[in-house]
Amino acid sequence: MSQTLDTPRTPAPAQAPLDAAALAALHGLSVSNARPSLPQYVRQLWARRHFITAFATAKLTAQYSQAKLGQLWQVMTPLLNAAVYYLIFGLLLGTSRGIDDFVPFLVTGVFVFTFTQSSVMAGTRAVSGNLGLVRALHFPRASLPIALCLQQLQQLLFSMAALAVILFCFGVPPTWSWFLVVPALALQFAFNTGLALVMARLGSKTPDLAQLMPFVMRTWMYASGVMFSIKQVLPEHGVPQFAKVLLECNPAAVYIDLVRYALIDSFDAGQLPYGVGAMWALALGWAVALCVGGFIYFWKAEETYGRG
Amino acid sequence: MADTLIETPTAPELDEIHEVDETDGETRTPTVVADGVDIVYRVTGTGAGRGSATAALNRIIRRKKHAARGMREVHAVRNVSFTAYKGEAIGLIGTNGSGKSTLLRAVAGLLPTENGRIYTNGQPSLLGVNAAMMNDLTGERNVVLGGLAMGMSREQVRERYDDIVEFSGINEKGDFITLPMRTYSSGMAARLRFSIAAAKDHDVLLIDEALATGDRKFQKRSEARIRELRATAGTVFLVSHNNKSIRDTCDRVLWLERGELRMDGPTAEVLQEYEKFTGAGK
Repeated sequence: MSQTLDTPRTPAPAQAPLDAAALAALHGLSVSNARPSLPQYVRQLWARRHFITAFATAKLTAQYSQAKLGQLWQVMTPLLNAAVYYLIFGLLLGTSRGIDDFVPFLVTGVFVFTFTQSSVMAGTRAVSGNLGLVRALHFPRASLPIALCLQQLQQLLFSMAALAVILFCFGVPPTWSWFLVVPALALQFAFNTGLALVMARLGSKTPDLAQLMPFVMRTWMYASGVMFSIKQVLPEHGVPQFAKVLLECNPAAVYIDLVRYALIDSFDAGQLPYGVGAMWALALGWAVALCVGGFIYFWKAEETYGRG
Repeated sequence: MADTLIETPTAPELDEIHEVDETDGETRTPTVVADGVDIVYRVTGTGAGRGSATAALNRIIRRKKHAARGMREVHAVRNVSFTAYKGEAIGLIGTNGSGKSTLLRAVAGLLPTENGRIYTNGQPSLLGVNAAMMNDLTGERNVVLGGLAMGMSREQVRERYDDIVEFSGINEKGDFITLPMRTYSSGMAARLRFSIAAAKDHDVLLIDEALATGDRKFQKRSEARIRELRATAGTVFLVSHNNKSIRDTCDRVLWLERGELRMDGPTAEVLQEYEKFTGAGK
């Protein structure tokens, strides 16, 4: 087939007197695909808040819609998860030594850590797993990791309801301090979202991270005192001081300890590695640092998402 | 094509500067200006077997290096320039793989250009709402989700919900809008998608082969809706392999072949050449 090209016939005589850039400028056209400024970006994101919440809820509902038990799995999944950890670490390995109320201690740890874990995992795939959406529609891309973290937050609410029942069954009395869970989890949510934004950008460039992250997250979980008490176990094994500080200040451990402190009666201030005020300061510091840093880091690559 | 492009003096947009064309005195407002656009895809995963794992590692380690091994460049669009005006419906034709969809995505600002620039009026939207929809959710919830994804407010979605459902005709044969989308036939799903996307007023609407699905009756209705959008809003771009639907809706056609703009002109003229080229006749 012959491929001789006709010279493109230009029907728009307007191109003759003006060049494209000048013509565009004259009529106030803007370059498509330019990154908005940070305040603009925040405004755009705020304008899309209904999309973000609708997307999160839709994801959550779609998750179990094919299962026979349907939304019951929202509560069953965390309960089964806790049961497995109890079987292994409580009954078989006996890491419960020296911990009062081991089951509430463990289950709280598992649920709180799962919140961060699933947020990070979802964040890693937020852009790379939704390329179709990114390539088809215009919206601030940060909507995706934020919506997915919101979905995890909704999931956490189901876990918390299950936790309340477990605490009650194991004779932990409800007190006013239970309400401290709300600020603790709010800070954790901010932390998770920031981390998910960072992971979303990394994951969009290197999708392989999604394969790697489960191992990283599992290591992090074992290091965060989910199924043992960092304070009691580490000195027995002669762990150097800097490692102990590192483990105790790691954000997952901080949020877990704060929630335990709020919920479990026997987990008093003596169990915390630092004073109550210091713990809250740490929780706030991590949340603000990740939330702001992660957001800016994600925004910096806004125009590149969905490429390639 | 001149008569559709003349702006009456009573046009509501008073703040717009109109360019007076010296040759035939028309007043036209450009909505999309493409200036020497080149688009290059970089494709990984073409590594032909040998040492592909190490090649991958290599790629990750020195990502900054240009065109690492196992990476291929595909030059999808080459030096395309055109200016689209308000009130135009422009068809994009060309054989498969000629860069039509790529060019649309770039106009929508969803693909970065390698060289050249694309200037647009407002935010062109690609009729791609399907990406936001979830098969496990009911049609009802998808209408809301899709509307929000396109940037409509909750109130707008609520207002237009009935129109969207009615236009899609999903409920003509029973209460199907409350069923999960996975139970829909592909035609039904496509109709719902188009209905959602067309519910919003767009400055520049880009449609990629959306009219290929659905029965003839629905196609007619969609074409009418496109003409309506054109009248109220601005510019419509339509990618299609259906020459008839191009002829029915467009007044100007861009013909892309191998990423190059081969012809740009009134529908009848370009289609005639194109049909000669593809040997399709009528």
